[in-house]
Parts: sequence; structure tokens; C-alpha cells
Amino acid sequence: MTPASAEPRSELATLLFGRLSLDSIPYHEPIIVMTFLVAALAGTAVLAWITRARAWGWLWRDWICSIDHKKIGVMYMILGFVMLLRGFADAIMMRAQQAMAFGDAAGYLPPHHYDQIFTAHGVIMIFFVAMPFVTGLMNYIVPLQIGARDVAFPFLNNFSFWMTTAGALLVMLSLFVGEFATTGWLAFPPLSGADYSPGVGVDYYIWALQIAGVGTLLSGVNLIVTIVKMRAPGMTLMKMPVFTWTALCTNVLIVAAFPVLTAVLLLLGLDRTVGTNFFTNDFGGNPMMYVNMIWIWGHPEVYILILPLFGVFSEVVSTFAGKRLFGYTSMVYATVVITILSYLVWLHHFFTMGSGASVNSFFGITTMIISIPTGAKLFNWLFTMYRGRIRFELPMLWMMGFMFTFVVGGMTGVLLAVPPADFVLHNSLFLIAHFHNVIIGGVVFGVFAAVSYWYPKVFGYRLNVFWGKVSFWCWQIGFLFAFMPLYVLGLMGVTRRVSHFEDMSLQPFFVVAAFGAVLIGVGILASLIQFYVSYQRREQLRDVTGDPWDGRTLEWATSSPPPEYNFAFTPRVHDIDAWWDMKRGGYQRPTTGFLAIHMPKGTSAGIILAGISAVVGFALIWHIWWLAVASFASLVGFAIFHTFNLNRDFHIPADEVAHVESAHTRALAVNGA
Amino acid sequence: MSAADLHKASANAEFVHGHDEAHDDHHDDGIPHAAFKDYLIGFLLSVLLTAVPFWLVMADVLPSKHATTAIIVVFAIAQMLVHIVYFLHLDSRSQGGWNMLAAIFTVVLVVITIAGSLWVMFHMNDNMMPAMVHEMGTSP
Repeated sequence: MTPASAEPRSELATLLFGRLSLDSIPYHEPIIVMTFLVAALAGTAVLAWITRARAWGWLWRDWICSIDHKKIGVMYMILGFVMLLRGFADAIMMRAQQAMAFGDAAGYLPPHHYDQIFTAHGVIMIFFVAMPFVTGLMNYIVPLQIGARDVAFPFLNNFSFWMTTAGALLVMLSLFVGEFATTGWLAFPPLSGADYSPGVGVDYYIWALQIAGVGTLLSGVNLIVTIVKMRAPGMTLMKMPVFTWTALCTNVLIVAAFPVLTAVLLLLGLDRTVGTNFFTNDFGGNPMMYVNMIWIWGHPEVYILILPLFGVFSEVVSTFAGKRLFGYTSMVYATVVITILSYLVWLHHFFTMGSGASVNSFFGITTMIISIPTGAKLFNWLFTMYRGRIRFELPMLWMMGFMFTFVVGGMTGVLLAVPPADFVLHNSLFLIAHFHNVIIGGVVFGVFAAVSYWYPKVFGYRLNVFWGKVSFWCWQIGFLFAFMPLYVLGLMGVTRRVSHFEDMSLQPFFVVAAFGAVLIGVGILASLIQFYVSYQRREQLRDVTGDPWDGRTLEWATSSPPPEYNFAFTPRVHDIDAWWDMKRGGYQRPTTGFLAIHMPKGTSAGIILAGISAVVGFALIWHIWWLAVASFASLVGFAIFHTFNLNRDFHIPADEVAHVESAHTRALAVNGA
Repeated sequence: MSAADLHKASANAEFVHGHDEAHDDHHDDGIPHAAFKDYLIGFLLSVLLTAVPFWLVMADVLPSKHATTAIIVVFAIAQMLVHIVYFLHLDSRSQGGWNMLAAIFTVVLVVITIAGSLWVMFHMNDNMMPAMVHEMGTSP
């Protein structure tokens, strides 16, 4: 909002600081001030701890500048977890507000603040929690599963990560400097236009997503090239692990869909900043075109999020049932069919906008069709479990929680796919319950399954089972408590994004939902405790074999954690489930004949470019034009400068490879494997 | 040097270790060797496809503006195809068929996006903005 200061701003101040002034800092809002104090304290504590441990050099060299796909994958997961805490804080604030604000009680959040919270919750959970999680998983696992040493463009990978982080940083900054959008997570015009949202909120939204979008798109390109060009010899497409298949389809979707988002946000940004009329009400603008365009990105985005987790569940179920995945071929085809069909359903997000019966029927039918390949996948998982010797380890628990929860969410989705039903249910809490049902039941449970499945690979020790089970049951039961009441409320006609209710009879449902959110909070806390406890007991939980679950795919063929170069010798693949096949064939680890390994070198260029991009974004948000021009010029300048850095690779000497490999051989021998 | 190259180099080096079959995935990724003739054909076609629409508009050849527009659209699409085939050398062999596959996928998605949006927006305008459609229908 333009600062409501008594005296008009001088032209010099506007020239220097654009719309930014001291009034932009919401120090008069106690909730935000408290949040800031807590964040500042926690941040200072972390910085002090790093300084005391003298870890800055290590952090800078080995992590921030690292272009090792494994470290970048871990950093993506950490980003996802940190942002999950922020997104969940927003969620619990909304649940508390809605449980309190009935009749005369206004609750504790003013409507303007409440609107920012639901917008931030959606944006953060999709772009800065779910996306980093799936990108992180693909980054870590895909090169290992295909027997490669890194991704195709390692520097680009580091740059992508830091661009995503720069976007997240801008969203976080909006909490303390200015405000965030109050428009809902897709910022539909005309509400998000300059007339109705004159403040900086929507600009934060636009530039945070544009900067993060660069990272997402580039990592999509990177992983496609990695999968297409760098598979181990013998690994034909139909011998790729299912997770790699889903990763390929997801990245194809990313590369095809994200440019649409970029274009539509650019047009919205032009409307807001330079006064064009693409999506305004007057002068030939058409806000309906924005809705149409953003859902052409938005629906594939749903599948971008869920497909990799379908891959995770396929890996988990075949490992823990001790069987080859049932219907590998149909699983691959189902994934490809979903990839294509996900482009043919976008209108079901706006059945009620008025396209009429013929258009609505077409998109209703395509939406119902897309549930067929998804159903085929579920049956494949069930048949994999059938007559398998199932081990109920943590990943398998999350898998079964997913099957139960996701099927319910899928069925409510098919209900919403019927256009006449959608006219009753759209924009209601039924819809909210539906998409949380599939996103929590699918994406979140999948991420937890993946984390507990691959954690021993990443860190060399298993996760504590007790706290994992506490987390699982709190999430599973908490989810039911939090969202089943919303289905009921939605059927009764309660709409979304409301901060105060008059009808007191609705209150019990919201109280139950708030209780569910608290349970989910306990689940999140339990998984944080799980990480801590597992770290403390890492010696008891240690896995030296590199293959703690009797795995089937190539990532289990190397040590845990894998050496920097992943595989001393590129494995040769003869079958689906390559590592299972190698174990069956009496595979012997090579212990001699190691060669020097050519590897890419770390660089600080990624974080520098992303840092400058964040400054460009900040300047554009606040209309500080001189800074925008200067920082953009330095961005281009530094990018060109970096192209002259030819010192990009090095060799790991053969002795060092031999040393690392024989250490692992000794560890295996001690363990009797 | 990208890691794809690194991988290739190291993978080839490693096959001294008991792998007898050649690693043949990467043999076809060289730049296609297009003949001078192809560039000449492409150039002539693209000049023709540019000149004809200009002539149609500037000399006011056809009586109907709609026909002129339609012809220009057809020529524009042909122009894109000429560029893709003669200058970007897209054929079913380059990169082991991946280029053609990616191109087909892209075309399918672009067609879905554009045709779908036109269809959707036409119905939207018809149902939700009858006045506007009327204006659009009568405007020249």
C-alpha cells in the first residue's frame, strides 16, 4: 500500500527509494513484530552457531558453491522443510482464526492480514515446499538410478537451486517489508490489477515466482538431458526405474508448462507496472484470458507435483513387497498418458466462468478420463503387494497411508469433474478439502515416504522408527480431522477464504478442523525430533552396506553416502531393477583397476547471479528504477564474465578413488556382507 | 565442458574394465552436415514466403480482407516449417529421433493451447459478454 504518511514524499526520496519508506515496515502490527523477533533470534542463533563451529568456509565451499547433484538435492529438501514450517504456520493461523471468529468475536486477524495469509500459504506450499521437494528428490536420486556421475549441466543445477531460493527469500521478505498479495494463490485479475491491488503485494508475488520460475525451468531442462543422454549402458528406456520415468515426464511437463506461467505473469506485471491492458476490465482487456492461461500452466503443475511421488511409491512398494513392480509397462504408459492428458483438462478449474455446456462437457469428460491411468497405477501397486512378503517399514507405512487417503481425494475429484456438481461445489470448502486430500495424501505422504526410504542412502544411517511412526499417525489422523469437516462444510455451502462467520452452528466443524491442524503440527514436530534423535543415535542406526532395504535399483549399488563420483565404474544394465539383477547374478565389487575420474568443479557464480536477481526483483517490486537498471546490468555483466571462467573441471586421482573404494570394501567385509 | 561430455569420456575410458560392448548411445549427436543446396532452397523459399504476403497487402490484390488474412496465416506457418527443416535441420534422424519427438510434442501442446484457448474464449465471450461479441462481429 502507498504509505499513508502525513507529509507528501519528496521527489528525491521517491527517486532513491521508489515506493519504499519507513511506513512500509509493519512495526505497528504486534503479530508481525513478534514473528520478526522470533525469526531474528533464531537466525542470529544459527549464524552464531556456524561462526562458533568455524563452519563458514566449509559451508561456502562444500555446500553453497557445490555443484554436486547430491548436495544440491539435499539443499532443495532443506529449503522445502524450512518453507513447510512457514506454510504450516500460515495454515494454523487460518485454522485458529476460523475456529474463533464467530458472531461477535472478530478473531485475532484483521481481514487484510488474513487475506495475505491464505495467499502466502498457497504460494509457499506449492512453489516453495512441494516444488523444492520434488526437484530435490529428482536431483538426488535420478543420476544415481541411471548410473551417472552428475546431472548434465552441474553448474546450471546450482544456479537453479539458488534462483528458487531467491524467490523464496522475496516471499519471506514480504512479511517484514511491505505486504504480500491478498488475491489468493493465483492472483486473478482484475483483483490483482493495479486498480484493486495498488500495493506491493502482487508485485512481490509476480517477481518471486518469476525468479523461482527461472530455476524450475532450467532444472527441468537439466534433468531431461540427464535422463535422455546419460543413462548407463544397457539401460534402454523400458529398463529405466519407474521413478526415473516419472521424473522424465515431470520435467517434460515443467519445460512445456512453465513458460506459460512466465508469459502470463509477465503480462500481468506489464499491466501493473507500465499500464498495458491485457487483463483489465476496460480498453479491450480480458481478465478471463488470464484465468484461462494460468490454468493451462496450473493443471499440468498438479501432475508435475504428483508424478514423481507416484514414482517414489512404485519404488517403495516393489522394494518392501520384495517383488518386481506389477505391470511395469502399464505403469510407464499410464505415466505418459497422464503427461499428455494433463494438458487437456485445464478448464475444469473454471467450469462456472461461463463457457457453456459443450465446452464444459468436453473438459468434464477429459477430467474423468485422466482418472483411468491413475486408477491403473493404484491397481498395479495393489497387485505388487498381493502375495508379496511385505515389510512394514516407515516408507511402506506412508505408502499405505497414501493409498487410502489419495483414493478418497481422487473420488471427490471425480465428483468435482461433473460440471453441474461443480456449479454447487466450486469455490467451497469441499474443493479445499479435495485438493488438500490429494496434495497431502499424495505429495506430502510421498515426500515423507521418499525421505524415510532414501535417508540411509543420503546420510549413511537410518531414521528412528518410533518418531517416524508418531509423525505418520499424527499426519494421517490429523489430516482426517482437519479436512473431513471441510467436506461437510463445503456441502453445506461454506465458501473458501472467509475470515469471519455469522452462523454459530458451523463453529464445531471449524474447531474440529483446527484440532486436526494441531495434530498435523505434532506430526511435523515429530519428524523434526526424528531427524534429531536419528542424528544422535547415528552409530546404532548406521548402515555400511549401502543397501539397507535389500533394494532393487542402482542407487543401492554404491556406498551410503555415495562417494562424490557416485560410481567408480559405470554399471552395465541388463534388466529392469538393475541392482536386483546384479545381486542375483553374483555381482562382485571391483577392487582394483581404478582410473582417475573427471569431475566438474564448484563455483560461486550460482549464488551471486541469484543474489543479484533477488535485488532486481526487489527494485522492480518497489519501483526503485535506478537500482533495477543497475542490478540488471550487473546481472548480465556477471553472467558474461562467468563465461570466461574456464577453470571448471578437475580429476579425482586414481589413488584417491582406490582409497575411497577400499575403505568401503573393508567396511563391507567387517559387516560380513 | 558439460557433464554429458565428461560422462561420455569417462564411460568410454572405463570399458577397459570388463565391458566388451561399445557404448554406442552417443554416436549420432554430431551436427548434421547440411548441403549448400539445402540452405539455398531454404533461403529462396523463405524469401518467396515473405514477399508474397507483402505483395498481397501492399498491392491490395484480393477483394476480401479475410482471404488475405487467411493466406498470410498459411504462409506464416509454411515459413516456420521452412525454417525448421532447412535451417534448424529437423529430421527424424537427428539425436536418435529425440529432436523429432520433442518437436511433435511441442506442436501438439502448442496446438492444444492455442486452439483450446480460442475455443474456450470464444464461448466465454459469447456467453458472458454478448455486447462485445456484437461489436466485434460488426467491426471491420
